[in-house]
Amino acid sequence: MSTISAPTDAQGSHHEVEPGHPPTSTGLSNEKVAMWAFLGSECLLFGALISVYLLYKGQSPGNTITPEDVYDIPYTSVSSFVLLMSSLTMVLALAAIQRGDHRRLRVWLLTTALLGASFVAGQVYEFTVFIKEGLTLSTNLFGSSFYVLTGFHGAHVTLGVLMLASLYSLSLRGRMPTEKAETVELVGLYWHFVDIVWIVIFTLVYLIP
Amino acid sequence: MTDTHAAGPNTEPGPVVKTTPEEGGTSHDHPSEKEYIKIALILAAITAAEVAVVYVESLEGLLAPILIGMSIVKFLLVVLWFMHLRFDSRLFRRFFVAGIALALFCYMIVLTTFGVWTR
Amino acid sequence: MAIVTSPPPSPAELPPPPGSARPAPVRLLRRPTHPTGLWSWITTVDHKKIGIMYSAAAFIFFLIGGIEALLLRVQLGSPDNTFLSADAYNQVFTMHGTTMIFLVVMPLSAGLANYLLPIMVGARDVAFPRLNAFGFWVFLVGGLFMYSSFLLGGAPNGGWFGYAPLTRNMPGHNIDYWIFGLQILGIASLTGAVNLIVTVINMRAPGMSLFRMPVFVWMSLIAQFLLLFALPVITVALFLLMFDRQFGANFFNAQEGADPLLWQHLFWLFGHPEVYILILPAMGVVSEILPVFSRKPLFGYQVMVISGIAIGFIGWGVWAHHMFVSGLGPVATSAFSASTMFIAVPTGVKIFNWLATMWKGKIRITAPFLFAVGFVTMFTIGGLSGVTHAVVPSDTQQTDTYYIVAHFHYVLFGGSMFGLFGGAFFWWPKFTGRMLSDRLGKMQFWLMLIGFNMTFGPFHILGLQGMPRRIYTYPEDMGWDFWNMVATVGSFLIAVSVLVFMWNVWKSRKSPQVGNDPWDARTLEWSIPSPPPEYNFAEIPLVTARDDLWHRKYEEDQEGRPVPRTRPESEERAAVGRAVEAATGGEAGLRGPDATSSVVTETAAGRAEAAGRAEAEEGDGVDATAGSHAEAGDEGTHHDEHGGHDGHDEHGGHDEHIHMPSPSYWPLVAAMGLAVVCYGVMYKFLPVAILGGLWIVGSLYAWALEPATAPDEPEPEPSTSTDLEPVGSGTGSAG
Repeated sequence: MSTISAPTDAQGSHHEVEPGHPPTSTGLSNEKVAMWAFLGSECLLFGALISVYLLYKGQSPGNTITPEDVYDIPYTSVSSFVLLMSSLTMVLALAAIQRGDHRRLRVWLLTTALLGASFVAGQVYEFTVFIKEGLTLSTNLFGSSFYVLTGFHGAHVTLGVLMLASLYSLSLRGRMPTEKAETVELVGLYWHFVDIVWIVIFTLVYLIP
Repeated sequence: MTDTHAAGPNTEPGPVVKTTPEEGGTSHDHPSEKEYIKIALILAAITAAEVAVVYVESLEGLLAPILIGMSIVKFLLVVLWFMHLRFDSRLFRRFFVAGIALALFCYMIVLTTFGVWTR
Repeated sequence: MAIVTSPPPSPAELPPPPGSARPAPVRLLRRPTHPTGLWSWITTVDHKKIGIMYSAAAFIFFLIGGIEALLLRVQLGSPDNTFLSADAYNQVFTMHGTTMIFLVVMPLSAGLANYLLPIMVGARDVAFPRLNAFGFWVFLVGGLFMYSSFLLGGAPNGGWFGYAPLTRNMPGHNIDYWIFGLQILGIASLTGAVNLIVTVINMRAPGMSLFRMPVFVWMSLIAQFLLLFALPVITVALFLLMFDRQFGANFFNAQEGADPLLWQHLFWLFGHPEVYILILPAMGVVSEILPVFSRKPLFGYQVMVISGIAIGFIGWGVWAHHMFVSGLGPVATSAFSASTMFIAVPTGVKIFNWLATMWKGKIRITAPFLFAVGFVTMFTIGGLSGVTHAVVPSDTQQTDTYYIVAHFHYVLFGGSMFGLFGGAFFWWPKFTGRMLSDRLGKMQFWLMLIGFNMTFGPFHILGLQGMPRRIYTYPEDMGWDFWNMVATVGSFLIAVSVLVFMWNVWKSRKSPQVGNDPWDARTLEWSIPSPPPEYNFAEIPLVTARDDLWHRKYEEDQEGRPVPRTRPESEERAAVGRAVEAATGGEAGLRGPDATSSVVTETAAGRAEAAGRAEAEEGDGVDATAGSHAEAGDEGTHHDEHGGHDGHDEHGGHDEHIHMPSPSYWPLVAAMGLAVVCYGVMYKFLPVAILGGLWIVGSLYAWALEPATAPDEPEPEPSTSTDLEPVGSGTGSAG
């Protein structure tokens, strides 16, 4: 639901049709319906990966590497915090373009991208530490399920960062006018989804013993 | 799974085309920047609490439900406010809930058959 | 999948607002503009052309899968046979199943849905035309990729269900082709699902409420939802297996503590909704055919729709009935047994409603009608054996025997394929403008019916006699010889019937052209020319009832019998009928040009154009038009601004302008990148994998930055035809 609204007034009513978007049966934009359908589908994807992790949790036989051996909760909490804040900056970016403030849009887009990139960098670093400590994809059940779950998530974040960077670049080149606020909204939906997946992963994988 | 919120059979004499989606039943449609920041602070606080709780030894048996509860709150905050689901058309909510509900249903059953809860 | 997850649909893309003049970005490839010829197909984004391509490709795969079946039947026709080695047999039976499911039934259903869904809901195209094209090319790339395995070391040989841990350790690349091929195909289906869901939800014509939509639309829609939610599960399963095979992960490594049942759960969580994906569209086809040839509305429309939805829902709760002998334990098996029995209820309801539709109807026995009836009967048989599978003790005996093979062939061939053949005969005139020979169609039907029952009927017996599945030969003294031989003979009879179909297609390419509504049918697609113009409807219809076309043609007399309406428009319609008609004779009770049976919802120019096309090449009518508003989503519902009438358009010119999305190379280019990545990862050539990744990302960027409708080209020379011309007024409305 993206609007061309007057600056600042959050109480005003909205007409939810983008210029250039013809009416649709529901009054909602096709792209937004598509994105939510896609996100619904992604729930099944991450649900499967999380379930596999939970299934194999603590099941690696023998005297082998366990989560307690490698997890650094404070470290991961920081990167969780970073990702959470990136959702805030994302929503601020959307608010900026909706009120026509393109400079702010770029500031927040770039911030979100950088926060996301730091998250990924943090993960990559975490992985290298784990590998050095002897946990690889093929070490045991824990290694396989951990890397695949967090790896999939990290790949999603990376794709999100690429999209954010693209939006930033398009905006710099003047190709993200206020009418295209919905594009930012859609990327934002994807970004927030990736964030909530992490909320689940952080709890189920890292925190719960 | 499919949306049936449009009119029922043969009751629509006119066009179904709408130009405004249904609004959520709230007093304002768009949280302000201040509200977004407030929510972010709450999220940060809950995250800190989650981490802290792990180190409290007396709560060990209850850790799982407490942590899951807290993460659900965070989840909802992001979905309802940041993703604007609270204020948007019910259709989007249905897609998302359908995905979550189906995932929970199927995967919980699978994990149950593996006896995950009782080991 | 080559990339980690299917990318979200392209973000909304609008051209710069007028006055913000920026030089057009330099593009690697000029936007294609071919209206005809091979390139027009390669770059098309028209849902109708895409639907035809899906169906044509699927039919070729059907022939290949059929040949594979014949090879199997030759090998099994006699005991201790050496026609196929065990290894060859494994490849052939795996590819037969994989082909028929993923490369035949699914794309045939997708082809029909692609062609018909927009028209049936009154739209001009799907929500995302380029994504639609992408889906087709990805499907084709996936199929070719999988078949390239025959030339590159051997085809997949782990069964269509690929059970790990077996497939984890099988040497060679056979299984990898299966894994990556299915991932590619999954992307195609997922994008198609999103596209069709948005189209049906969001692009319906005014008045087309959800409960006025044809049942085919409903069933296809439910199937798309099943795809949307089921595909991610098999995606994960395939990724896990891929990681095990390529990178030494342990997901299915029993030595490291993995549980073999994990694969089975993940696979069947997908696999069971998959079988409803395979059957629901065909059920929808039957629900369209039977009313037309019974001259009665579908009995219990709402119940049919709700049963379909119920099947979609309950279908998520039955998957472990494929695992009854895997050691789940009595509680789980009982629960799944109950849910499986439960799902028989909405299914049975549909059968009864079809029967009730035909009851006391004015039956016209045509080829499509026969195939639809064939569906009802054969599917019922398959459903009955399915009921026996729901009972755990009996399934314990039946599972992994030929009894199961009988069951699923009855529902998939006797059900889906018969239904899809019925759909082919029914909609052939709409897609091509010409009828298939009804006589040959009936011949095909009877040959196919007899051959089919001769092949798969005996499988019930063989299964109960203990013949296991997935064996490449059997010894002489098992007592299975006779029925195996009968089945083999039957399979060749099926082959003959398919040849009859091909002969029919060939022979009918010069049969007389037909008008809008050769069958005197009920739904919107029969209100536009055959084949339809690129823009489908010159004016988006205003829908006032279910089976809207029927109600425009007929009203009911006191006894409830349909009586043609006599209204002033009937004169115009008669003119249309004569302008485009060629008599089709008395075959199959066809109506010839009939003043009351073809309703015009187009303007005069649309009619004249259709007339002009009677001599011209199909599909030429409209250039790739341009408009300065770009959205693919544009071509959706639109309020009819001109009322129902066109009196002011008599002179054959057209003052309306319909903007259709422009063709594009990028969907095809992007699709090819997927194969490159997969080859690279599979053969561990990192440079190739990286190249493929960049190829895909680059194509997606080019695609995203290209407007859905190309900016205006200079006006073409005024032509003598009545082609719709583009306009650059850039208003938000489609004509």
